[in-house]
Amino acid sequence: MDYTLKESPTLETQMLEVNLGPQHPSTHGVFQMNVTLDGETITRLKPVMGYLHRNHEKLAENMTYLGSMPFTDRLDYICSMTNNFAYALAVEKLANLEVPERAQYIRVIMAELTRLVNHILLVGFLLNDLGAFFTPVLYAFREREKILDLFEAISGSRMMCNYFRFGGVKVDVTSDFIPRVRQIINNFPKFLDELETLLSENEILMARCQNVGILPEELAINAGITGPMLRASGVPYDIRKVDGYSIYNRFKFRVPIGETGDVYDRYYIRILEMRESLKILDQAIKELPDGEFISKAGALGARSPRNFKAPKGDAYGRIEAPKGELGFYLVSDGTIKPYRYHVRSPSFINLTVLEDMCLGQKVADAIIILGSIDIVLGEVDR
Amino acid sequence: MKSLEQIKEDLERQFHGVGITIEGSSLIIPKEKWLEIARYLKDSPDYQFDFLSSVTGVDYVQHTEVAYHLYSMAPPIRQNADGSVLWRKSAADGLCPLTIKVRTERDGHMPSVTPIWRSAEYQEREAYDLVGIQFDGHPDLRRILMWEGFQHHPLRKDYVQEDQDREVGTFPKVPGFV
Repeated sequence: MDYTLKESPTLETQMLEVNLGPQHPSTHGVFQMNVTLDGETITRLKPVMGYLHRNHEKLAENMTYLGSMPFTDRLDYICSMTNNFAYALAVEKLANLEVPERAQYIRVIMAELTRLVNHILLVGFLLNDLGAFFTPVLYAFREREKILDLFEAISGSRMMCNYFRFGGVKVDVTSDFIPRVRQIINNFPKFLDELETLLSENEILMARCQNVGILPEELAINAGITGPMLRASGVPYDIRKVDGYSIYNRFKFRVPIGETGDVYDRYYIRILEMRESLKILDQAIKELPDGEFISKAGALGARSPRNFKAPKGDAYGRIEAPKGELGFYLVSDGTIKPYRYHVRSPSFINLTVLEDMCLGQKVADAIIILGSIDIVLGEVDR
Repeated sequence: MKSLEQIKEDLERQFHGVGITIEGSSLIIPKEKWLEIARYLKDSPDYQFDFLSSVTGVDYVQHTEVAYHLYSMAPPIRQNADGSVLWRKSAADGLCPLTIKVRTERDGHMPSVTPIWRSAEYQEREAYDLVGIQFDGHPDLRRILMWEGFQHHPLRKDYVQEDQDREVGTFPKVPGFV
């Protein structure tokens, strides 16, 4: 398909190669895009990544299984709890560990709170990319801080929580945990209503985001896109429903599906997903049982990680992280350290279609398309 | 609902002369036939493995291996009475993920599955970059995480960092502490 402007007989035009360099306020981290422009229209876009590569996979081969848990926090540094969750699931699959009921409920609550944290941050930063300079971010972060305060009370740290262990969680929740989560469940919908009144029907948002960066369904499935981006293109695939990992099949919640697959759909689907997460939290809080927060085998492993040997074999554990499918592939040779540790990171793979979505659009649209993919460089580069 | 043995027999019947083995819960497929088998797994209505979730390059010092995890997002077989879509339980329900391992020697070549599943594009580049497996037929095989001009493959077992001056991965022996 030809994306160049019509040639004028008297005007000499040339393609311009521009570097949306790694140091840029709108690239959500150190991410570079080599863009070839014809006027304002993009004719070619090659992403360059690796500026935040910290060789996480090799580090994990030199550490015990539990030793890599704090490193998984730093993969998708906004949603640390879900990273821990995926890793714990993979190791539990490898070593056949059971998780007690109370720990399962606590894990689901933490995962859904993390989903709220992530989506509200994305909404704020997408609006930032659109030019609403930090006002929506301020409102979004005001609500987000309440959840991060809760994380700090439970695990000791706002963002790098290191809370999950194999077979359960590190410590039990505090006594004021349930009232605080209930407060969040009560206040968040009102905040979302306020946000939607200002944003969802906003003329500028709709004009700039609708029919921009459309991702067709077949391309999305073929390119391995997962998460809200896939569902915005109309594919009903949510790993919480398909795999039913942990105890997700006990909760009643719906999964929003988009129609067009443009930037507006990707924004709106996250607002709807936040509402569904609140429903799950509501049910989980009501049903939270008493019991242990970590299994016996898990507690033993956590006390002496240098004795925790996983049986020989391999396992692939995946979850529906807020950004997509986060999977861990572990190969064990029977010792205390993994032989191969691989992270299937959603942000890395969702970037495959960045070029396809941006061709024919303007440079300003490329920024918001990148914003709507929801990448975080810690996960892209590992 | 097929088991791993049934898939192995089915594939051996479809592609005469291919020797597939089952190791643990994964299929080991020879690399000469891998591209055709991959196309068959994606297009055949029995399987419809249209979602390649993960491609991992692993270095076992004598040989290297690529592990593929396949899922199916095939359309639902049942639909609710009110017209709402039932969750995409795949046609290959119970099988997922299908783990396939393809082996080659160190510094060896492998067919690229990027023409079949586009999600392999960046993941194969990463396997090339970090483990050193060459993928034939990949549209753009170059380094992705390390910088251009970097010489070695970091995730190999014999990779030594240029500035490494102490042994990694060994823990000091402190009496009384395991």
